[in-house]
Amino acid sequence: MQMKFVVKKAWSSGGRVGALEIGSCPGSIETPALLLSTRKGLPHFISPDLLTSLPSPDSHLLQISPLHFLEGLASTTISKLGGLHQMLALHQYGIAAIARDSIQCLPESKGTTKLGASFETPCGRLLIKPKDYVEMISCMKPNIWVTLADEVPAWVSDKRNKTSVDRTVRWLDDCLKLNPAVGSIFGSIVGGPNLDERKRCAEEVAMRNVTGFWIGGFGLGEDIDERPALLSAIIDVLPDEKPRMISGLGLPEEILAGIDAGIDLFDSTYIYALTLGGFGLTFSLDKSGNQYQSQKNQIGSDLTKINLRAKVYRKDMSPILGNCTCYTCKNHNKAYINHLFNVHEMLAQILLEIHNTHHYLTFFHVIREAIKDGRFEKFRQTFIESRRAHHEREALCA
Amino acid sequence: MALTFEVLARFNRARAARLTLPHFVCHTPLFMPVGTQGTIKGLTNSQLEDIGCQIILGNTYHLALRPTSELLDEVGGLHNFMNWQRALLTDSGGFQMVSLLHLADITEKGVTFQSPVDGKPMLLTPEESIQIQNRIGADIIMALDDVVKTTITGPRIEEAMYRTLRWIDRCIAAHKRPHDQNLFGIVQGGLDPVLRDICVKGMVERNLPGYAIGGLSGGEDKNSFWRVVAQCTAALPENKPRYVMGVGYPLDIIVCSALGADMYDCVYPTRTARFGTALVPEGVLKLKHRQMAEDTRPIDPTCPCMVCKNYSRAYIHCLVTKDAMGSQLLSYHNLYYMMQLSRDLHTSIIEGRFPEFVCDFLRKMFPKGDVPEWVCDAMEVAGIDISSCCAQFSSCQEYDSKNMTEELSLTR
Repeated sequence: MQMKFVVKKAWSSGGRVGALEIGSCPGSIETPALLLSTRKGLPHFISPDLLTSLPSPDSHLLQISPLHFLEGLASTTISKLGGLHQMLALHQYGIAAIARDSIQCLPESKGTTKLGASFETPCGRLLIKPKDYVEMISCMKPNIWVTLADEVPAWVSDKRNKTSVDRTVRWLDDCLKLNPAVGSIFGSIVGGPNLDERKRCAEEVAMRNVTGFWIGGFGLGEDIDERPALLSAIIDVLPDEKPRMISGLGLPEEILAGIDAGIDLFDSTYIYALTLGGFGLTFSLDKSGNQYQSQKNQIGSDLTKINLRAKVYRKDMSPILGNCTCYTCKNHNKAYINHLFNVHEMLAQILLEIHNTHHYLTFFHVIREAIKDGRFEKFRQTFIESRRAHHEREALCA
Repeated sequence: MALTFEVLARFNRARAARLTLPHFVCHTPLFMPVGTQGTIKGLTNSQLEDIGCQIILGNTYHLALRPTSELLDEVGGLHNFMNWQRALLTDSGGFQMVSLLHLADITEKGVTFQSPVDGKPMLLTPEESIQIQNRIGADIIMALDDVVKTTITGPRIEEAMYRTLRWIDRCIAAHKRPHDQNLFGIVQGGLDPVLRDICVKGMVERNLPGYAIGGLSGGEDKNSFWRVVAQCTAALPENKPRYVMGVGYPLDIIVCSALGADMYDCVYPTRTARFGTALVPEGVLKLKHRQMAEDTRPIDPTCPCMVCKNYSRAYIHCLVTKDAMGSQLLSYHNLYYMMQLSRDLHTSIIEGRFPEFVCDFLRKMFPKGDVPEWVCDAMEVAGIDISSCCAQFSSCQEYDSKNMTEELSLTR
C-alpha cells in the first residue's frame, strides 16, 4: 500500500521528472502527472469500463473528496465495503484524498474556526474537525491523503492569514497524532499571498513526518504574477526527495508554471470546467510546444480549445482533433457532439470528458519528454509565446 | 423488402428467429432501447454493443426538429451521424405530435400541429413522414398511423383504424428506398376485435416486410392488452416480424413473446433508471430508498453486468438522482437486463425449454405464486403450462400492479 517516489531527473532551471509507485497501479506513474478529478470516486462522466480507454498508467491517479460521501453514504458503510478501491472497483488505481475538490466542495474560510475547517458543499455548509476527517480517511483507505487545511482567499487580512498557517500546522499535528495507519500522508501548506507565511508554513510542515506535500491556497484570488515567487519560496524549503502536489492550477500556462517551480502532481478541475462549458481541447501537442501551425484556420478557437456548441460545427463531420487517438475522436465528429449539446444529451459530456482528459494526459506526457531531454524551458517559452502571438493577431484583426 | 426473417425454432406460438436487416443480423425476440435524439441517454455506442443491443429506436419527430432530416441526409443518414454500426428503427413521428403537443389535430391530410419552434401551424402527412424517414435512413421505418388513446371508445376508434389503412397506401407510394429500408405497417383498431381484424387483414394484403401492433400500452387494462396482441399475432403472417409498440415491462415482453410477437421498444428501462429504479428478476429495486444506503450487495447478485459485478447498492444509492454517473450506471444495468431477457427468450425457445424459462421467470417475480390472472389466461392461450409457479387453489390473482407504479403513459 505504501507509496514510493523517486526523482529521476531534475534540472536547476526548474522542472523535474519522477516516478510514483502507488498501490496496485500497473507500473510506476511518471510525474509531473495529472490527478483525475472525480465525483464520489468516479470521474464525473466516465464510467469505469470507459476509463480503460484512457492512456495507462497515466490515467490511474484519481483525486477524491471524502466530503462527497457525506451526501448519502456513511463512512462505516464504505469501510464495510472494504474502502474506496473495493467500493469503486478500481483496484489498479491510486487514490488521493483531498477535502477540497475545487468544484463543489470549496473552503469557506469565514466558517472555519479553531475547531475545524468549513466547506461549502452540495449538502450545505459543513464544519470538518481533524478527528472526523481522520475517521473518514481510515474508513476510506486512500493511497494518499492530504491533511486538513485552513485555506483562505488572497484578500483576507494578514492576521487571518497567519491564523490559517497556525491552524493548518496544528491540524497536521492532530492528524499525525491520530495516525490512522492508512495511506501516505501529504502535509498541507497554506499561507495565502504572503511570502513569509508561505515559507513559515512550508518549513513547519517539512519538519514533520510526512510522505509528501500538498500546496493549497492557490486559485483563490491571488495575483497570477505573484505565483512564481510564492511557489519558489515554498519549494525552496521542501526536501527534494518528497513529492509535491498542488490544487488550483489548471490552465496549460498555469501547469507549465507549476512544473517550472518543481510541482509533481496537479488536479484536473480545468477539464471538468471545459467539459461542462462544451469546450474541447485542441492545442497542439507538438514536442516543440509550437502552437502556431496547427490551429491557424480554426474558427471559434482561442488556439487552446474549441466551443462545440458553436453553430459552425453543425455539419462538421471531422473529429475534435484530427490526429487524436481517444475514443471520442476515433468514433465521433463535431457535428454529432454539437447536436448532443443542442439537445442537452448526457453523451455530450461523456464524449467531451474522455477527449479532454486524454488530451491533457498527453500534454503531461509531452512535457515529461521535454524535461527528460532538457528542453522544458524552451518548450514552455515556445508554447506561451506562440499562443500570445496568436492572441495579438486576433486582437489586430478584431 | 430489405430484410429476411427466418424462424429458427418455435414453441407453440412463440418463435425464435434470425432477422437480417441491412445493418445487422438480429436475433428475436428482441428489445429495442429508445434513443430519441440519436443517443441512448448516458451510454456510448461501445457500451451498447457490449451489452448486446441490436436495434436502436430513433424518434422521427425529435430528429426532424434537431438536427433536422436534411442535415442527416447530407451526412449520410443517422447511422453515419451517430456512428452506430448496427440496426436502427424510426417511428413515424405521429405519436409524439399527439402526445407531446397541444392542439394537434388529425385530418384526412395528416396531423396538424403547432410548431414548437415558432408556434405556426404545421402539417405532417404520411408522405412527409416517409420522406423524412427516408432521409434518416433507418433499417426499419414506420407508417404514419392515426393514433387514438385505447381508453377512448366510440366511432373515433373506427375512423382512426380506417384512416390508418388509407394512410398505409400513401406511405407505400411515398416510400422511395424500399431496397434499403423496410416499411412496417401498424395495426390499429383499439380494443375492438372486429376493428382489429379488419385492420390486420388490410395490412396483410399490402404484403409489407413486417407489421406492428399499435395503439397499446396507453393505459388499457392488461386483459384487453394481451387479447389484442394474441388476436393480431394469430392473424399476422408467420414469415414476417411482429413488433408490439411501446411494450417494455419485462412481464409484458414474456407474455407477448409467448403469444408470438418478436420485437419491443420502450423508454421504461432507461427512464426508470434515471429515476433511480433498477430492473431485477424479483421486479424492481428502488435504489433511492433509504435502506439501500447500507446494503452492500450488488443490485442483482445473479447479474453478470459491469455494474453488478463491481458496485454495491449502497454506492449506487449515493449516486442516483444526484450525479450523472448514477443514471449512467443504472441505465447500463437496466438495458443489460433487457438484452439478457431477449437472449434468454431466444435461446430457451431454440433449446426447447421455453416453458421452463417462463416458469422460472414467474417464480422469481411472484415468489408467493400470485401470478396475475391475465398472465395465466394469456399463457393458457399460448399453450404454456405455468401451473407449477401459481399458488394452489387461489391459482391466479388480480395483477397487483407491481411493475406499474410509474410511467403508465407515454411508454412508446
